[in-house]
Amino acid sequence: MGPTLESFGQDPVWVVILKAVLVFVVLVLLTLFNIWWERRVVARMQHRIGPNRNGPFGLLQSLADGVKLALKEDIIPKAADKVVFVLAPVIVVVPAFVTFSVIPFGPEVRIPFTDVVTPLQLTDMPVAVIFVMAIASIGIYGIVLGGWSSGSTYSLLGGLRSSAQMISYEVAMGLALITVFLQAGTMSTSEIVNAQAGLWYFVPLLPSFIIYVISMVGEVNRAPFDLPEAEGELVGGFHTEYSSLKFALFFLAEYINMATVSAIATTLFLGGWRAPFGIAQVWEGANEGYWPVLWFFGKMLAFIFFFIWLRGSLPRLRYDQFMDFGWKVLIPISLVWIVGVAGMRIVRNEYAGQLDQTWLFVAAGVFAAVLVVLLLLPERRQPEPEPERAEFDAFAGGYPVPPMPGQELPARVPTGATTHDGGND
Amino acid sequence: MIAFWILAPVMVVAALGMVLARKAVHCALLLAVVMISLAVLYAVQDAPFLFAVQIIVYTGAILMLFLFVLMLVGVDASDSVVETIRGQRLASVLLGLGFGVLLVLGVAQVSVGTVVGLSEANAGGNIEGIAAVLFSTYFLAFEVTAALLITAALGAMVLAHRERLTPKATQADLAAQRMRDYAEHGKHLGPLPPPGVYARHNAVDTPALLPDGSPAPTSLSRVLTARGSTLSPPGSATQVERIGGSDEDVAPRDDAPEGGAGR
Repeated sequence: MGPTLESFGQDPVWVVILKAVLVFVVLVLLTLFNIWWERRVVARMQHRIGPNRNGPFGLLQSLADGVKLALKEDIIPKAADKVVFVLAPVIVVVPAFVTFSVIPFGPEVRIPFTDVVTPLQLTDMPVAVIFVMAIASIGIYGIVLGGWSSGSTYSLLGGLRSSAQMISYEVAMGLALITVFLQAGTMSTSEIVNAQAGLWYFVPLLPSFIIYVISMVGEVNRAPFDLPEAEGELVGGFHTEYSSLKFALFFLAEYINMATVSAIATTLFLGGWRAPFGIAQVWEGANEGYWPVLWFFGKMLAFIFFFIWLRGSLPRLRYDQFMDFGWKVLIPISLVWIVGVAGMRIVRNEYAGQLDQTWLFVAAGVFAAVLVVLLLLPERRQPEPEPERAEFDAFAGGYPVPPMPGQELPARVPTGATTHDGGND
Repeated sequence: MIAFWILAPVMVVAALGMVLARKAVHCALLLAVVMISLAVLYAVQDAPFLFAVQIIVYTGAILMLFLFVLMLVGVDASDSVVETIRGQRLASVLLGLGFGVLLVLGVAQVSVGTVVGLSEANAGGNIEGIAAVLFSTYFLAFEVTAALLITAALGAMVLAHRERLTPKATQADLAAQRMRDYAEHGKHLGPLPPPGVYARHNAVDTPALLPDGSPAPTSLSRVLTARGSTLSPPGSATQVERIGGSDEDVAPRDDAPEGGAGR
């Protein structure tokens, strides 16, 4: 059994500081790694090599880029609202770091060379997952304010798009999380991981998992949902006018947010730090000590690979289709599924012991997944009405046109046969 | 208590700033500061659920406010200081002061003892405690509020809804319409000409040139033309010359305001 809520709030101050610093360092290093990894993977998908010069396998490329970025000239446009312009990147980046404080990296461990036993998690609270949602919604402010304060049309449009997108997809995301709360009976991340000791939640809550994965891509503005920074339309979107360190902060926040949503998905649906199925059965120590950190980062990086894969393979959505998808597909399905899960929860509470509810959940999950897939399938097009076989008019509407399908060009008549009056051809 | 003494001045300053700030967007931002500080105070007082919900609900609401400011008032909206009603400012200051005095007097009359019962209320867990109260004692109020919110949402939808009278024009319809326009009025079929490209500029405020050397009006955004912030061909030609070396008599931009806020 892993740590519970009572395990938190008893660390000495130096342990708390150590954990906070570790979370910070891990996130910064992870960002550097993810940038390199994304460039390498996308390069491989496009038959290129990617950065391979600086350091082993090019691993130090992002570090070099980061230094270069920080040393660039920092420009504040004349039309910018200076205070808000400087504040915006900070507002984006701070929540990105804060959300990671409630992510469980592992069970309780003993810190080497001391007798202190502590959970591998900075803190936990009864509302940890809602806390993440709340802090993430503060991060949206940074993007909107950055877009507004730049004094540029591209930035403003990017900021507005991004706020609309993130608010819309946050709804679907929150609804997907509710079923996890119902299933686990708690909103604390460490206890949700405990509740998945038997069965990881992506099996019984498959529709929620799918909806969460889709909406998390929308929530962090990544391809194919990267409309706020659509290069072809908005140059760089909300960060068009940003340069140097301020731009670096936006960049950092984007990658940390990607890691955050992946970590949340891992914690809520893939058993958090628990060893993948099969390992814990043959090896008792798989879920103890520092090993769970490995499983956790493995799952999280798998999600990040998924992000990169999406970026490498899918084109960007059109904005109205994207919003339609969020509001008219994801949210209604989530609502229906929540009612279903709540109903099953009642069945389980009222008829405890009389039904094997695991199979009930699996059956319902499969049913709902089929429903989701059916909804995602494109509608069968009505067969086009047969074009009326009208006589071919070479000057329909007053300008020369080719024949429509089913029409035929009039038989070509040799010029010499018809005109004897010497037309110039 | 430490949190209170740190946050209280922040909140008071932010609240005052919200009232006094000229730009509507700054007001919205300061309102967010007040709300988030309030949320932190909830967290300090052992109400984690209220903390999270306060942030989610109010940041969402303020973001909406922010968007409405941008949509309805405009990007650079700032308050007009012209009094529309004579004596309004004086009256509002007096009324505000009076209300403040009333509030201070009223609150000062109340003597607050040590708060008790927090641990009892949180005994079964904070969220469970709130749920128990919300779905038993205040169930009716909760449901009525829900009904009110649903009515409001439906009302907004009804007000914003527009019945479509004609079928939506598809891409094919639009293409046919363009062709008809061309056939009947000779309106140009293709896309508008792009802005001009010179040695120095390919910016949107540089017009394309017609064969006779005059600027093509359709190559510029109407908004830019109306504002007068476009670059005329002679102007840009002199700028190109300046780059080439002859930096004498450089013609200013058409629209160069006094003080030169040019590019």
